[in-house]
Amino acid sequence: MIGARSFAVAVLAAAAGLAGCGEQDQVIVYQQGKYQGKPDTRPWSNAPGDALYATSKWTKGDKGSWEAALRARSQNQNEYVRIGN
Amino acid sequence: MARMKFLCDAERCIECNGCVTACKQENEVPWGVNRRRVVTVNDGVPGEKSISVACMHCSDAPCMAVCPVDVFYRTEEGVVLHDKDGCIGCGYCFYACPFGAPQFPQAGVFGMRGKMDKCTFCAGGPEPDNSKAEFAKYGSNRLAQGKLPACAEMCSTKALLGGDGSVIADIFRDRALKRGKGAEVWGWATAYGKPEQQAPKGGKS
Repeated sequence: MIGARSFAVAVLAAAAGLAGCGEQDQVIVYQQGKYQGKPDTRPWSNAPGDALYATSKWTKGDKGSWEAALRARSQNQNEYVRIGN
Repeated sequence: MARMKFLCDAERCIECNGCVTACKQENEVPWGVNRRRVVTVNDGVPGEKSISVACMHCSDAPCMAVCPVDVFYRTEEGVVLHDKDGCIGCGYCFYACPFGAPQFPQAGVFGMRGKMDKCTFCAGGPEPDNSKAEFAKYGSNRLAQGKLPACAEMCSTKALLGGDGSVIADIFRDRALKRGKGAEVWGWATAYGKPEQQAPKGGKS
């Protein structure tokens, strides 16, 4: 009887101890709009030209053309392209 | 897909604080809050290096992970933003951030913190783009105007690069190849010191 009880206690202790080894993934996957705050609009949702001194051109709602416009503007930071070698 | 990042070329940064000033002016950042700052390693010692630091818009941002009210979000173009309406000013994000990016205006007496403020990559926040409400809370939304962050565009030596990670990485790689050095000055060894880079006795850090 004592043996069975001590065996049960040992099993329970082992189960409780092993439970500590289980590690949950602590990095949460965040998705657009899936958070507590307000939803945000995307930068390419606007029409270019509304902004003051806007030089970039893209098609309203077209992410690809907005990215291409920004890539072109990024090259202004590269003087090997902007000024030449 | 665009993944917006900053990269500061320590070989070129001359510690002019032009980026800090550009950020302050563009976003009308309140007194006492610095979204961007220039950090100098071994200041005053020959060979000192400076880098401009702000929110690095981490791909796996610790501020997002620790926020108890879940007000952070990452946009499709990889910019980490937050909704100030839900911020309770607890400061957990400040403790979690390895760059000290989150800033808190002193909103009252007894050391109360206001709502967190940080670099938005000039992408505004969750208000209508380029609206008065967005500007008042988050500053300018240059990305929605087809522009890059003011700090990077204003940098006089083009030490601070901002934009799509793959594009600015190409610019930096091209630059490091052409000048034949400088790739090693960005990273762990500069920040934490190889033996020959440690400050001599009496030097400031």
